[in-house]
Amino acid sequence: MLKNFTRLLIILIFATTTAFAELVIDVQGVSQPTPVAIVPFGFEGSLPGIPLDISAVIKGDLLRSGRFAPMAESDMLQKPTDGADVDFDDWSVLGVEAVVVGKLMQQGGSDAYTLQFQLFDTFRRKQLIGFRMPATRTTVRAAAHRAADMIYEELTGIKGVFGTKLAYITAEQQADGRLYSLMVSDQDGENDRPILESKDPIMSPAWSPDSRQLAYVSFEGSKSSIFIQTLRSGNRFQVSNKPGINGAPAFSPDGRKLLITLGGINGNPDIYVLDIASRQTKRLTTHRAIDTEGTWSPDGQYIYFTSDRSGGPQVYRVLASGGSPERVTFEGSYNARPRLSPDGTRLAVVHNDRGNYRIAVMNLERKALLVLSSGRQDESPSFAPNSDILIYATRQGGDGVLATVSADGLIRQKMASGRGDIREPVWSPFERF
Amino acid sequence: MSYYKMSAIAVLFVLLVGCSSTPVPDPEPTDTTYGGSDDGAYTSGIGVDGMGDGEYFDETTKADETLGSVIYFDFDSSAIRTEDQDLLSAHAIQLSQNSFNNVRLEGHADERGSREYNIGLGERRAQAVRQILMIQGVNASQIQTVSFGEERPESMGESDGDYAQNRRAEIKYTN
Repeated sequence: MLKNFTRLLIILIFATTTAFAELVIDVQGVSQPTPVAIVPFGFEGSLPGIPLDISAVIKGDLLRSGRFAPMAESDMLQKPTDGADVDFDDWSVLGVEAVVVGKLMQQGGSDAYTLQFQLFDTFRRKQLIGFRMPATRTTVRAAAHRAADMIYEELTGIKGVFGTKLAYITAEQQADGRLYSLMVSDQDGENDRPILESKDPIMSPAWSPDSRQLAYVSFEGSKSSIFIQTLRSGNRFQVSNKPGINGAPAFSPDGRKLLITLGGINGNPDIYVLDIASRQTKRLTTHRAIDTEGTWSPDGQYIYFTSDRSGGPQVYRVLASGGSPERVTFEGSYNARPRLSPDGTRLAVVHNDRGNYRIAVMNLERKALLVLSSGRQDESPSFAPNSDILIYATRQGGDGVLATVSADGLIRQKMASGRGDIREPVWSPFERF
Repeated sequence: MSYYKMSAIAVLFVLLVGCSSTPVPDPEPTDTTYGGSDDGAYTSGIGVDGMGDGEYFDETTKADETLGSVIYFDFDSSAIRTEDQDLLSAHAIQLSQNSFNNVRLEGHADERGSREYNIGLGERRAQAVRQILMIQGVNASQIQTVSFGEERPESMGESDGDYAQNRRAEIKYTN
């Protein structure tokens, strides 16, 4: 109970410092979150203070994972910044299992910094990680996330996703109509910026496997077309502008092809494979039903897609080389928008659960469907690159907000944004260092 | 002194530049404006080509704005309701009699379920309208369809009534 209270307080503090007003709706867990301490980082340099509250970034990352309960600073008996000064008794007596200390060091008055941190197991009185990395004023936040990733992986055995990004769409009501934006942010909602703004709808962002480009659908000129945009330069090129539907882009694992849905002049949506370099398309499905929302299996072997050929929408799969599709989902009347976990073991869908549209995950081997969300209109599930968490869109007070849920359904939270209606979150692949 | 000289040159320069590039209204068309690439010359060129009265023609045949332009659909359906048949027939007559008129049929879905699947549902509604118009004599080349799925709701609420307002097709005359 007391633990829950401290957690809530920490979240409220974060709410004021991040772009997303974050609030944990429910954190249900069979296992207790591990008590850890992230000691405020020290600073050595010519600035009046540390240019970024590094411990706050690490604390936020670990807290949002749902697996850790970082201790409040006011409860700490000591605040060392150097491993040599850590008194293990001061931490183990408080039940803290792991402690992180560190400092940021500025080289002279320059924009060259070194971020140093150490992770200790307080009960075994042992250093688990000692690490130094270079940073600048602009990369120090990324360095803090990288530290959090290393700490998370050391303590859980699961690769951290704190250095990854999100893309999503916002729609804001303005005096002269709605403004649609394609946004990119850090996974915690920081550094959010529009990479495209339009008076016409923008839909279906999809990351390239190297996380350098986004494909999306834009309705500029009241007509759908598909673009690929490079994040760094902002340059984009149109890859599909056929009559009727141009939709649902998804990159192949090698990044060379794009699955797209084309409707044609007679409006019969089928899935095509578009070779990005040559712009040649190859038809993959041929059916008078709606076939759409294609996605590659991580090994590139299969294409999973939504089809209502049986009446309502269900997930099917077909060999990437073509052939006859086989049905994958059978539970319930509505299973759409398939997305595979990057480890290839699970399939996330939008599932009609007794009249509510919810996110469900199916174990591909055992076939059992597990409903993970509890909203009325949840949509667009997307796996984090470690396959351990999903992000999706839900509704709150008439607006779309983002929510995350652990793949086992135990840890859930919502992220609200100040930019009106927010939808279609997609989690980037791991950054390639 | 040098100040005066400078400003005199500046004034002269402005005058020269003004003469050479600012389109000065000319009482009579000259050869250059006629063959030139600016808009005025281009428009009058078309008049000479015998394609005049374009504006007049366009206005007289503009869509009858008293005609309704939105029809609604039942849940998970693209069937045209009986009460909308007459309205679609009126549009069909207008379009088949004025082959210069074009329409864009915009299909929409309610917000429930998956967005790209809803694009498919919206397209089905636009296509249902297109089929009726074509059966009644409208040329396929006059019709363009676009589905906005659930991206452009007419009503922002989350009640069944709001959803019913959003399951629709809109007929928009593009010229």
